[in-house]
Amino acid sequence: MSEASLIQTDLGSVLSTQELSEIDAELAHVPYKSGAAIDALKIVQAHRGWISDECLQAIARHLDMSAEDLEGVATFYNLIYRQPVGEKVILYCDSVSCWICGGDDIKDKISKKLGIDYGETTADNQYTLIPVPCLGACDRAPVMMVGDDLITHVDEETIEQVFSGSQSSDDGVGSKS
Amino acid sequence: MEKVLTRNIADDPVPTDMAAYEANGGYQGLKKAMAGMSSADCLKVISDSNLRGRGGAGFPTGMKWSFVPMGEKCTPGHKYLICNADEMEPGTFKDRLLMEYDPHQLIEGMILSAYTIEADIAYVFIRGEYLVAIQRLRDAIAECYEKGYLGDNILGSGYKLDMYVHPSAGRYICGEETALINALEGKRANPRAKPPFPQVSGLWGRPTIVNNVETLCNISHIVDKGADWFMSLGRGEDAGTKMFGASGKVKNPGCWELPMGTPIREILEDHAGGMQDGLELKGFLPGGGSTDFLTPDHLDLAMDYNVIGKAGSRMGTGTMIILDDQTCPVGMTLNLIKFFAHESCGFCTPCREGLPWTREVLKKIEMGNGVPEDIDTLIHQTKYIGAMGNTHCALAPGAMEPLQSALKYFRDDFDRHISGGCCPYHKGTGA
Repeated sequence: MSEASLIQTDLGSVLSTQELSEIDAELAHVPYKSGAAIDALKIVQAHRGWISDECLQAIARHLDMSAEDLEGVATFYNLIYRQPVGEKVILYCDSVSCWICGGDDIKDKISKKLGIDYGETTADNQYTLIPVPCLGACDRAPVMMVGDDLITHVDEETIEQVFSGSQSSDDGVGSKS
Repeated sequence: MEKVLTRNIADDPVPTDMAAYEANGGYQGLKKAMAGMSSADCLKVISDSNLRGRGGAGFPTGMKWSFVPMGEKCTPGHKYLICNADEMEPGTFKDRLLMEYDPHQLIEGMILSAYTIEADIAYVFIRGEYLVAIQRLRDAIAECYEKGYLGDNILGSGYKLDMYVHPSAGRYICGEETALINALEGKRANPRAKPPFPQVSGLWGRPTIVNNVETLCNISHIVDKGADWFMSLGRGEDAGTKMFGASGKVKNPGCWELPMGTPIREILEDHAGGMQDGLELKGFLPGGGSTDFLTPDHLDLAMDYNVIGKAGSRMGTGTMIILDDQTCPVGMTLNLIKFFAHESCGFCTPCREGLPWTREVLKKIEMGNGVPEDIDTLIHQTKYIGAMGNTHCALAPGAMEPLQSALKYFRDDFDRHISGGCCPYHKGTGA
C-alpha cells in the first residue's frame, strides 16, 4: 500500500458516521460540495469542541477541497476554533458601549478570577476567554456569553456567581449558576 | 403613537408564537397578497411607501427590488431572498429584540418579499451568537410549514417558498451583502466587486436580494395597510417608524419604536431618561460605530436619513452610542478603530494595513506618547482611507467616520493627551 493511500485510509476514519451524515445532509442544499465548508466545520466543532489538523484534512477530503482552501475558510471566522478550547467559551464583548460602561475593568477582574487572559484556557479546562465584537445587548452593558448563556450587566458579583465553581477561585462562595 | 414593529413586544416581553401573532392581526398581509395581489402589485405598494433600508444605508427598498429580473426576463432557476440578521455594528441592538420576541413578523415579511421578487428559497443569515433568536425562528418556521404558509402551494396560491436559518461563523464583514453571499457559499467573506449587483448575480450566481431584519419586519404591515398609511406614520420627511436606541451612560438605556423624524432630544431625554447623575452629554454616534460623532448642538435635529446626513453624519442603524464628559473621546475612538482593524477582511491594502496603523497611532496618543505630527497622520488617514474608491468596500471608510468627527469636535482632547503626556480622563486605554 502506498503512502498516499495510507493517509487516505487514516483520514477516512477520522470523522464519525454521525458527523458524516450531518455533513451529507447539508450537501443537499448546495450546488457543489465546497459550498458546505462552513457548515461542515461547525458540525465537527459541535461534536469535538474544535477543529484539529486531522479533522480539517478529513473534512477537506470529504468536500473535494484542498486542505489549504479549507484552512483559509476556517481561520477567517471568529467562531471556528483551530485550537482546543475549554468546556465553555467565554465570549467577552470588547466593543464600544461595553467599554464605556467599564468593560475593561470587568475583563481584568474575570482574568484575575480565572487566571487567564484572552486566548487562554483555565488549568481545569473549564473556560477559554475570547474577546467578541458587540453582542447586540448594549442596553445591558457590560455583557458576555458563557457557553450558550448571555450574561448581562456583568459586575464583580456576577463574576463571583458565574465562576464560583472555578478551580482558580480562592473563596467559598456558594454556587448560584 | 401607533406601534407597528413592536405591537407584540411589551416592555417586559414574552416571545410571540403563531397563535399570539395571528390573534393580533398576523398573517393578514400574507393572506391578502395570496388571495389577489400579483408580485407587481406588491412591488408597487412597497415602492410607493418610501420604505428605506433599516440596516444603515437607507436605500429605497422598492428600488432595490425593482432591479431583479422578473418572469420570462429571468433565466430559469432559483432566485433568493436573504435576511441580513448579522447584527454586529458596534452599539446596535435592535434586530435581536425583533427576532427574539416576534419571529413571525420577520417571517411573514420575508415570505411577502420573496413573493414580490419571485424567489423560491429564503435564508435568515443570523449571528451565530444569537442562539435564542435562532431557536425561536426555527420553531416559527416549523409552525409556518404546518399552517401552509411555507412550502409548496402557499395558501393554495401555487406559490412555493422554502426558508432556512443559517447561523454565521462570525465576522463583521458578513454584514456587507456580497460578503454575506460569499459566506453563505461556504467561502471567506470577502466582499465582491460590483457590478454585477446581487439582484442580477448573487447567491450561486442567481438573482438575490439581501435586506435587513427591521426592513423586512415592515413589509407585511405595508402590504396589509397600504403605502399612504405607512407614510403617515413618520413625523418628518421619511416614512414609517424606526427602532431607535441609546447605550452608554444614560439613565435608561434601551431600544424604542418611534416615528421616523423623532427629534434626537426627545429620544435621549424622554426615553433614555437623560444622562446619569453627575454626567454631561459630550457627543454621540447617531447610528452605530461607523457613523460620525454629533454634539449637543445637534440635539434638535430630526432622526431622518437626509437630516442627519446634512449634519455631517449618518442615521445608520438608529441606535445611538452616548459619549459622556468623563469618558475619553480618544479612548472611545481607539476602541472603535481597534474593532474595525480586527474585522478588516484583509482583502485590500488600505484597510488591512491602514486600520492597524491608525490604531497604533491612536494608542500612542492615548498612552501619552503622542507627538503633534501624529495628528497630521490621523488626518491623512481619514482623507485617504476614508475616501470611497481607495478601498474595496465601505468598511474602512466607515471606520474613519468616528475618527474624522472626533478630530473635528474633540481636537482639544487629542492635543491635551499630547501636550500633557497622559490621558486626562485616567480611564482605560480602549485597547
